[in-house]
Amino acid sequence: MAASESGDLTITAVTKQFDAFRAVDNITLTIPQGSFFALLGPSGCGKTTTLRMVAGLDHPTAGTITIADRDITRLKPYQRNVNTVFQSYALFPHLDILENVAFGLRRRGDKDWKKKSEDALALVELSQVARKKPTQLSGGMQQRVALARALVNRPDVLLLDEPLGALDLKLRRQMQIELKRIQSEVGLTFVHVTHDQEEAMTMADSIAVMNAGHIEQLGDPATLYENPASTFVANFLGQSNLLEARITGPAEGGLMHATTHGIDVLVSAARVPEGLTDVWIGVRPEKLRLGPGGRNALQGNVTDASFTGVSTQYLVRLPWGFEVMVVQQNDGSTRAQVGENVTVSWDPGQEFILDQSQDEDAGMGADDD
Amino acid sequence: MPAWGPTMTSVTADRADAPTGAPKPYKRRNWVPYALLAPGMIWLTIFFVLPTLSLASQSLQTGDVDNGYALTWHWATYADALSRFFWPQMVRSLIYAGVATALALLFGYPLAWFIAHRSGKWKTFLLVLVIAPFFTSFLIRTLAWQNILGNSGLLESTASFTHLTFLLDWFKSGLRALHLISTDQLMFSPFAVISGLTYNFLPFMVLPLYSNIERLDLRLVEAAGDLYASPTQTFRKVIWPLSLPGVVAGTLLTFIPAAGDYINSVLLGNTQTVMIGQVIDSQFLRVLDYPTAAALSFILMLIIIVIVMTYVRRAGTEELL
Repeated sequence: MAASESGDLTITAVTKQFDAFRAVDNITLTIPQGSFFALLGPSGCGKTTTLRMVAGLDHPTAGTITIADRDITRLKPYQRNVNTVFQSYALFPHLDILENVAFGLRRRGDKDWKKKSEDALALVELSQVARKKPTQLSGGMQQRVALARALVNRPDVLLLDEPLGALDLKLRRQMQIELKRIQSEVGLTFVHVTHDQEEAMTMADSIAVMNAGHIEQLGDPATLYENPASTFVANFLGQSNLLEARITGPAEGGLMHATTHGIDVLVSAARVPEGLTDVWIGVRPEKLRLGPGGRNALQGNVTDASFTGVSTQYLVRLPWGFEVMVVQQNDGSTRAQVGENVTVSWDPGQEFILDQSQDEDAGMGADDD
Repeated sequence: MPAWGPTMTSVTADRADAPTGAPKPYKRRNWVPYALLAPGMIWLTIFFVLPTLSLASQSLQTGDVDNGYALTWHWATYADALSRFFWPQMVRSLIYAGVATALALLFGYPLAWFIAHRSGKWKTFLLVLVIAPFFTSFLIRTLAWQNILGNSGLLESTASFTHLTFLLDWFKSGLRALHLISTDQLMFSPFAVISGLTYNFLPFMVLPLYSNIERLDLRLVEAAGDLYASPTQTFRKVIWPLSLPGVVAGTLLTFIPAAGDYINSVLLGNTQTVMIGQVIDSQFLRVLDYPTAAALSFILMLIIIVIVMTYVRRAGTEELL
């Protein structure tokens, strides 16, 4: 096989229009070579369409896609050095496992197909089933065959379309670790489409959160989580408590005063976007503490407590009726009871600030499909 | 059977979720399957098994129509039938049926593909069109071909009306080169017989193909393209192998009745296109030599069974069927 020159995958101003529906709306992305990249979003956000355009299974209405500066926008799927692990696996039922894995190599006339395919099967630990038919394998095994069948071609970009969606939770966790291991072993660019935020955060180096055909935010998992750029990202990635607030003025120590329902709190000035006064103050449940430990404190009443072993999840109703979620680690501190009046607190800098004109419910429960 | 080694252990580990232990035995009404089978079995016994036995017995009898027949185990009838008139008509029947089957596959496959994957809301309508000829009698349908192919028939008058006679002449010279017509006329020729057979049995090709192709997972076609297979390679390596059960079913349903057919040859052919069905027909109804007719029927049946079994084996479709 001729050594193919790999490089970054760039998607420039790509739009995909299906009749009246705009599935992908002018997105621009650069995915560095060798990275594990996730396209994350609810169903219908355009992530799968984006993936299919990179694979060549759909063609953009506008825009260009390049790999290593080579324009592949108009190439047929079989002309591009890109392989896909399909959600349905799409294994060929009439071929055995080894023939399935060897399919791509043989179409390209690779003389060494047998050895390479056997190595790929060994990589996914399935050498013992090489002569079986796909229907004789469990879902998890079929998934690994699909992965081996794509990997063996050493594509410039490997696309994964919700590859773990059909597996049960335990197997999924196992495969997440496995996929990550394989990616670092082979060093290929992986583009992983998923609606499972936990999956994306576990595996990806960087994530593009997609919503309604455009990219809401792009960044590494920690940045997205700690500093979401929109209420959609804040709600879609984990849980958020959004407090309606108003920035009232500067305070010392790089802080700013804000008031939420008449209560004065301090926020980190660095986190307040320029010129914004009406804001959402977002605090993650695990950043909130029960008890007056933090500098910002709110009074409330516990309405629900669920003990999960590692932690306890509380719902605390604030005086104006809004309920915040608090997660308390099971670190030996006393647990609050339902009905108890408590103080909820956090330290400035633990919050993120968003424009209040955004919908506080955006991205809520959007991954329930 | 491999030994229970480490490999086996890892396979079994993956199947840990398989149900353990046999399901609880419960009382099953054992007669139900037989009751369901009974009507079909009775029907087949009366209308297939008994006539076949009677035919077998007939082929080994001697006597004549006026004085009656007696079972004398006269095997010589078979040798006699084979030596007297069997082979030219038999070979011709198999060739005509084979060519008609190949043509039906050639026309039927794209048609079935189109109906299954490209017709959208017209699917049902097109399927009805495929079986629409069945609303007319077999004889009428075949006679219609006389109007199409005959001198100053539909084909010739259309050609002369549109000044495309040169195309028709070009077509005819092609057929002459293939010895499918001998004179200038299309009717009463091997070409006409094969056309009739192809037309009459086309639905038997299209319907099984359709039901197979319709179930083909188009995502496999996408996967093949993703794995560097060009459209031609995708067809050869994925679509065609997966269509084989439909192809086998369709070719059998076309070839078997076509090989035994004689209406097409009687109505559209000439004395040089006599098929084996015609021979059997005339032995039964005109010569009134029942043992020879029965023997010929049996030989035809055996030859077809051998051909079909070889074919199914060669196509490697036993496990797909």
